[in-house]
Amino acid sequence: MSELEVPVVQPGEAHDLPPASAAERVSVNERRVHQVVAMGGGDWAEVTARAAAEGQDDVMIINMGPQHPSTHGVLRLVVELKGEEVINLQPVVGYLHTGIEKSAEFRTWVQGVTFVTRMDYLAPIFNETAYCLAVEKLLGIEPPPRATALRVLMMELNRISSHLVWLATTGLELGALSIMLYGFREREEILDILEDVTGLRMNHAWVRPAGVSQDLPDGTEDKIRAFVRDMRAKADEYETLLTNNPIWLERTKGIGHLSLDELIGLSTTGPMLRAAGLDHDLRKAEPYCGYEQYEFSVPTATGSDVYARYQVRLAEMRESLRIVEQVLDTLPGGPVMSEDPKIGWPAKLALGPDGLGNSPAHVQHIMGESMEALIHHFKQVTEGIKVPRGEVYVPIESPRGELGYHVISDGGNLPYRVHVRDPSFVNLQTGTPMSIGLLVADVIAAMSSIDPVLGGVDR
Amino acid sequence: MTEAPELDFQPPDGLQPVLTGLRERFEDAIREVSGHRGEVVVELERDRLVEVCTWLRDHEAARFRMLASITGIDYLKYDDRPERLCADYNLYSFDHNLRIRLKVRVTTEDPHIPSVTGVWPGANFPEREAYDFFGIRFDGHPNLVRIAMPEDWKGYPQRKDYPLGGVDVEYIGAHIPPPDTRRYKGGWTST
Repeated sequence: MSELEVPVVQPGEAHDLPPASAAERVSVNERRVHQVVAMGGGDWAEVTARAAAEGQDDVMIINMGPQHPSTHGVLRLVVELKGEEVINLQPVVGYLHTGIEKSAEFRTWVQGVTFVTRMDYLAPIFNETAYCLAVEKLLGIEPPPRATALRVLMMELNRISSHLVWLATTGLELGALSIMLYGFREREEILDILEDVTGLRMNHAWVRPAGVSQDLPDGTEDKIRAFVRDMRAKADEYETLLTNNPIWLERTKGIGHLSLDELIGLSTTGPMLRAAGLDHDLRKAEPYCGYEQYEFSVPTATGSDVYARYQVRLAEMRESLRIVEQVLDTLPGGPVMSEDPKIGWPAKLALGPDGLGNSPAHVQHIMGESMEALIHHFKQVTEGIKVPRGEVYVPIESPRGELGYHVISDGGNLPYRVHVRDPSFVNLQTGTPMSIGLLVADVIAAMSSIDPVLGGVDR
Repeated sequence: MTEAPELDFQPPDGLQPVLTGLRERFEDAIREVSGHRGEVVVELERDRLVEVCTWLRDHEAARFRMLASITGIDYLKYDDRPERLCADYNLYSFDHNLRIRLKVRVTTEDPHIPSVTGVWPGANFPEREAYDFFGIRFDGHPNLVRIAMPEDWKGYPQRKDYPLGGVDVEYIGAHIPPPDTRRYKGGWTST
C-alpha cells in the first residue's frame, strides 16, 4: 500500500465519498481518482486475501467484465495474472439472472414457452422445443408429424444462425473483422426466414405444447431452399478466409486444449466434446423429433482446441443444411397442432386487413356453430391445459450441447418446477482449467470457444 | 429374479444389470426405485450417495461418466414427506447410452448432502446452483457460494415457501397480490 491514506470503500457504499480536504475545489470525478473502490462478489474477497497472505506482490488480480465487449454479454472473469500469464481464472455469473424458472411456476403450461425462449436467446427454438417435448412427454402425447418436421426444420436453421453468431463474434474478438460482417450477414437471412414463419426474429414462442403455433406461410419453402443453396457457397467462403489463414491458425491452434477425460469429467457436451474426438450427439444417441429418419453425420475433430471447435461448428452448419433439405423434401402434410380439443391450442390465426388475429372461420365456428368449441377455447385460453402428475427430463442437442428440461407437474394447470440444464452454464466450468497458463489475449479465444450465452447461463 | 417390481414399466435392457447390481451391493442405501415415462429414478440415503455414485461411475455395466445435471426441488406442496428438499442427479453413460436419475431428499432443518464434486468435477456449478436457490448444503464442495443471486441475498428464492411479495400500485391504494395468491392459481375461480 502506498503512503497516501487511501480510503477503502466497500461495495454498495461507493456513493459515500470521503471528505476531501479541498472538497470545495475538486470535482467529484477528481476525488474519485483518490479513492480505492473495493470490488466484491464471487471469489474476489478470497482471492485477494490469499494473494495478500502469500505475499504475491507480482500477482495482479483483474476483473474482466462484466461489461466487456468480448465476454459475450455479462460474463465476468476474475483473472489472476503474473505478468501476462494467467495463473487462475474464475468465471462469475449471475448478472443476467431473471428468475425464469421461478416465474414459470406461476404461468400456465402454454405461457411457459414465452419464458423459456428468452433463456438462450441465440437458440430460442431449441428452448421452446425441449420444453414442449417435456410437456408432451408428461401428457403422453405426440404432436402431429408435420409439427415435428417443422420443429426439426426450424431447429436446424436456428443451429446455423447460432453457429454463425459464434463464428462472427469469435472472429471479431480475434481481429478477423470480415468474418464478423459475413457471419451476421448470413444470420440476417436466417432471421428473416424465422420472422416469416414465427412473426419475430427472436423470442418466437412458436413451438407450443402439442404442436407449433403456425404453419409455414406461402413461399417460405422456396426461400429456405434458396438460402440453403447460397449458404453452401458461403460456408466455403468462410473456409477460404479462415481455415488456412496463418493468423487464424496462430490464434486458435493449441489454445484452450482440454483432454477428453477432462471434458467428460466437467460434464461438457456439444461441439466442445466433439472437437475432442467423441462423436456424441443426442440427435443420434437418443433421437427425438424423428431425427433418426434424416441422414447426417456427426462431425468430430481431434485437436480439442479452439481451432478444432471451429472445424466442428463449421462442419455442423453443413450437416444442418443437409437436414434442412431433407426435411423440405419429406415434409408431411396435415395439421400443425394437435386436434385434441382438451390439449391443442384452439386459436387458428390468419392475416386479416387489420393484422394477425383469430381466423374468421374459427370465430364463426366458436361463435356461431359450436358451443362446445367456444367452451374449450375459453377454458384453454384462461385456465390452460392440465398436465398429469409426474416428472420427466428431456435432453436435446442444442448448438451448445445438451439442453435438458426437467419438468415436474403436480397435475395442475401450472408447472410445479421447471429446471433447465443449460449447456452454456455447465460448459462454463471448463473456463478455469482451459485458461490457466494462457496469455490474456488467448483467454478471449478460449472463453469464446465455449460459446457461452449468458441469457442461458443465468436464466 | 424379480425385475424391478416397483416400476410400472419395463426399464431399458441395459439398465437391468445396473439396477440388479445396485440392489445387491447397496441394499440398505436404496430407499425406493421409481420411475415415470420410462425414466428410472433411484432414491438414496444421503450418507451412501458418494459411494453409490463412485460405483455407478466405475462399474463395468454402468460407466456413468457424466453427471448431466443436478436439479434442486422443493416438494413442499407436492407430497407430505418431511424431507422436502431434493437434489436430483441426472447421470449419463456414454458407453451404454443410458440415463439414470438419483434422488436424495433432506429436511430444511438439516439440509446437508455430501458433495459429488469428488466423483464428477462437473458437479461444481450445478451444486452451487442448488445451494443458491434451495439452500441445500453440499458438504465437501470446494467453493459453495451463491452463483446466480447476489452474495448478500437472504433466503433461498426457489423454495416453495419463499415470500413472493406483491406490488403496491398508485391507484387508490390498489395492490397486486403475489402470484401464488392470485385467483387463477390452481384453476379459474370467481373469487
